[in-house]
Amino acid sequence: MPNQTTTRRIYFDHTAGKPIDSRVIEVMLPYMTSSYGNPSSIHAFSQEAKQTLEEAREKIAKLINAESKESIVFTSGATESNNMAIKGVAYRNKNRGNHIITSSIEHMSVINPCKFLTTQGFKATFLPVDQYGFVSLKKLEEELTSETTLISIMYASGEIGTIQPMKEISKIAHSKNAFLHVDATAANGQIPINVQNDGIDLLTISSNDMYGPKGVGALYIKKGIRIEPLIQGGGQEKGIRSGTENIPGIVGFGKAAEIAQKEMSVESKRLEKLRDKFIKGLLDQIPYSFLNGHPTKRLPDNVAVRFSFIEGESILLSLDMMGVAASSGSACTTKTLEPSHVLLAIGLKHEEAHGSVLFTLGRQNTKEEVDYVIDIMPDIIKRLRKISPLTPKELKE
Amino acid sequence: MYTDKVMEHFRNPRNMGEISDADGIGTVGNPVCGDMMTIYIKVKDNNITDIKFKTFGCGAAIATSSMVTELAKGKTLEEALKITRGDVADALEGLPPIKMHCSNLAADALHAAIEDYNKKRKAEKEVKT
Repeated sequence: MPNQTTTRRIYFDHTAGKPIDSRVIEVMLPYMTSSYGNPSSIHAFSQEAKQTLEEAREKIAKLINAESKESIVFTSGATESNNMAIKGVAYRNKNRGNHIITSSIEHMSVINPCKFLTTQGFKATFLPVDQYGFVSLKKLEEELTSETTLISIMYASGEIGTIQPMKEISKIAHSKNAFLHVDATAANGQIPINVQNDGIDLLTISSNDMYGPKGVGALYIKKGIRIEPLIQGGGQEKGIRSGTENIPGIVGFGKAAEIAQKEMSVESKRLEKLRDKFIKGLLDQIPYSFLNGHPTKRLPDNVAVRFSFIEGESILLSLDMMGVAASSGSACTTKTLEPSHVLLAIGLKHEEAHGSVLFTLGRQNTKEEVDYVIDIMPDIIKRLRKISPLTPKELKE
Repeated sequence: MYTDKVMEHFRNPRNMGEISDADGIGTVGNPVCGDMMTIYIKVKDNNITDIKFKTFGCGAAIATSSMVTELAKGKTLEEALKITRGDVADALEGLPPIKMHCSNLAADALHAAIEDYNKKRKAEKEVKT
């Protein structure tokens, strides 16, 4: 097989990084050339920047149906927003309680701040999930006490696609007056998020996940909730996040949010169709192949599959030789040499997690590109299985 | 990330397969860690006359397995035992640092196959005497 080199290049790694929409770039450009005022100054340059900043804030607020634009704080991205929410709420409310609850499938920018807090006198509970990645609501109820100040659960997983029952989680959180923080990095821009209807107190979103520039994000903080700032300084963003605002990035983020809101429903339906065709095409043709995550309650862009007896990185290399970019939950593609904690949390054995491949679809992907991968995948898997010493017999042992 | 040489061996692995009447078989690693390889050798007059491998693992694991079979084929058992992990990595013009210890098991598998051969031969001798 793949001796031929291909000129074809297909990108199915949108969870890792997305291209910036050309309409977004267009509105950003003036803020990197002629418009460079600092929104905190007094002159006309500054007033223009200030107005731009507030317009972008309004667009982000609209996208998630925040009660007002004043509830949006701009950050450097989802990692900062998650840190800000978790440490900010925990420290601010430490007189009320020292317990936080999160899940075992969160992004590391949630898991690691929670772990850090346990070294600072806080207690953290990592809730288990079922085989699909749904957080155990029963366990959440059991673990929740009057000492719990914060629950942090992701809206949907970028790795296995599963969308959590947010309203139910919110009801449970509020039954004991805990705040609910939701990391919506993967979900935002793909499925409608309504912080007021869903009962969300703090929400993390990022710009690049909506085809905006990298290095910009936001944290929605419901009116009335106060948090301890992580970054102190000149008092920008109402003192919650000091530092001169990244105006070009924020302008692009605002535009990306506006486009996402307008185009989401049509685009998500298109992606769902592609996704289902993709999954079916792989699972139908290839024996010992399985879907990771829930078949229907999943993000429109997410095709997470696993193949027994072979290892993910060698699948990715084989795909790359055929011009296809994807990602994997294999240890060999991480810096820690451990397979993805998400895949282990849904109950996969190490050797099953190693054989996982993640395709994430995006705006420029076509049906032809999906067909191409469905077409080349059986030979790739067959070749690697021929090299592998593992057989169905060994996996059962 | 990988050298051209690694990719070339990943694309066209040499000596891939099994030897049904192998004189020595060595398996190292396990599927839980993500790397597992088995090496089969045929030995005649103290020389490795045939060698084959099967590997579960990443690109580096497959390429190192392929390379070690090339390095060992035709060598005496003593020469083959001197092949180190470093020799395999050098012959591939280098491996990413993170792969040096986790996926560079091929030399170990070769040594295990030779040990298996020596053990079997010793057992045979004892039966004869």
